[in-house]
Amino acid sequence: MTDEFSRPPVAPVPVLRLGDVLLVTLQGDLHDSTAEQLQQDITERIGSSGATGVVIDISGIEIVDSFLGRVLAEIAAKAGLLAARTVVAGMRPAVAITLVEMGLTLPGLRTALNTEAALHLLGDPARSGSAVPRPGRR
Amino acid sequence: MEAAAGVDARLPIRSDLDLVWVRQHVRQAAARLGFGLVEQTKLVTAASELARNTLVYGGGGQLTTTRVAHGRAQGLRLAFSDRGPGIADLEQALRDGYTSGDGLGMGLGGARRLVHQFAIDSTPGVGTTVTVTSWAGRPPRPGHPREEW
Ligand SMILES: Nc1ncnc2c1ncn2[C@@H]1O[C@H](COP(=O)(O)OP(=O)(O)OP(=O)(O)O)[C@@H](O)[C@H]1O
Ligand SMILES: [Mg+2]
Repeated sequence: MTDEFSRPPVAPVPVLRLGDVLLVTLQGDLHDSTAEQLQQDITERIGSSGATGVVIDISGIEIVDSFLGRVLAEIAAKAGLLAARTVVAGMRPAVAITLVEMGLTLPGLRTALNTEAALHLLGDPARSGSAVPRPGRR
Repeated sequence: MEAAAGVDARLPIRSDLDLVWVRQHVRQAAARLGFGLVEQTKLVTAASELARNTLVYGGGGQLTTTRVAHGRAQGLRLAFSDRGPGIADLEQALRDGYTSGDGLGMGLGGARRLVHQFAIDSTPGVGTTVTVTSWAGRPPRPGHPREEW
C-alpha cells in the first residue's frame, strides 16, 4: 500500500483534570472502538473524581459522523446523570456545515468556540451556578 | 489519465480500522481532484456513514473509488458493496431516525443529503451497493444537483 496508509491512526485519548473540570482533547481520526472506550472512561472518571464539568475539545477532529455524534451526545447524557455538564469545544466550521446539511443537529449538546470559552461557560456562576457554594454538596 | 493516480482504488471494509483508511483515502482523493475543504468534509462524512453500514449491516464488503469526468468537471464516485442481507424496504431505511440497530438512523439519509448523486441497489439475500458521486465545485448538470441515477 502507499505510504499514506502506514501512519498509525489512533492513540489512547488522554483525560486531564483541571480543577472541577475534565478536559478531553480529541485528535485525528478515531476508531469506533476508541470512541466507545472514551465514553466509558469519561463516565468512570466523573464518578471517581466528582468533576462537575466536562470539556471535549474537538478542534483536532476533521469529521463528525452519526457514530461520533451519538458518542458525544451519550457522554453528555451520562455526565448529566452524574450532575456534570458537558461542553463540546472548537468544532471546525466545515464540520458544523456538514452536520447541519446532513440533519444531525445534536440538540442536547452544548458547544463553545474554543476550550477557554468552554471553561468560562462552566465556571461562570451567572450562567451555571456551579461556582456558587451550595450547602450539603461535597 | 494522470489525475486518476491515487484516486482509483479498491479498499476492503472489514474492521473499524478499515473505516479509518476509507476516510483517509476519500479525503486525499477528493483533495487531489480539487474539492474544497467543505466539499471534502461532506464527502468524507458520507463515506464514513456508508462504510460503517457496509461493515455493520452488510457484514463487511468493499469500497471502489473512481474518478469521473464530465466536460471539464471532475468528480469522485464511491461504490460501497457488500453481500449481506440486503435492504427489503429502502424507503424505511432512508427515513431519518429509522435504525434496525442502535444507531441514530441518520446515516443513509444524511449521506444522501451530503452528495450530489446517490443510488442504492439492494437485493434481499444477495447484498447491497450504495453508489454516490460528488463533483469538485458545481455538478455538471445545473438544476439537477441531486438527480438520482
Ligand atoms: N449495507 C446495508 N445492508 C443491510 N442493511 C442496511 C445497510 N445499510 C443500511 N441498512 C439498514 O438501513 C438502516 C438505516 O441505516 P442508517 O445508516 O440510516 O442508520 P443506522 O446505521 O441504523 O444508524 P446511524 O447511521 O445513524 O448510526 C439500518 O439500521 C439498516 O437496517
Ligand atoms: Mg448507519
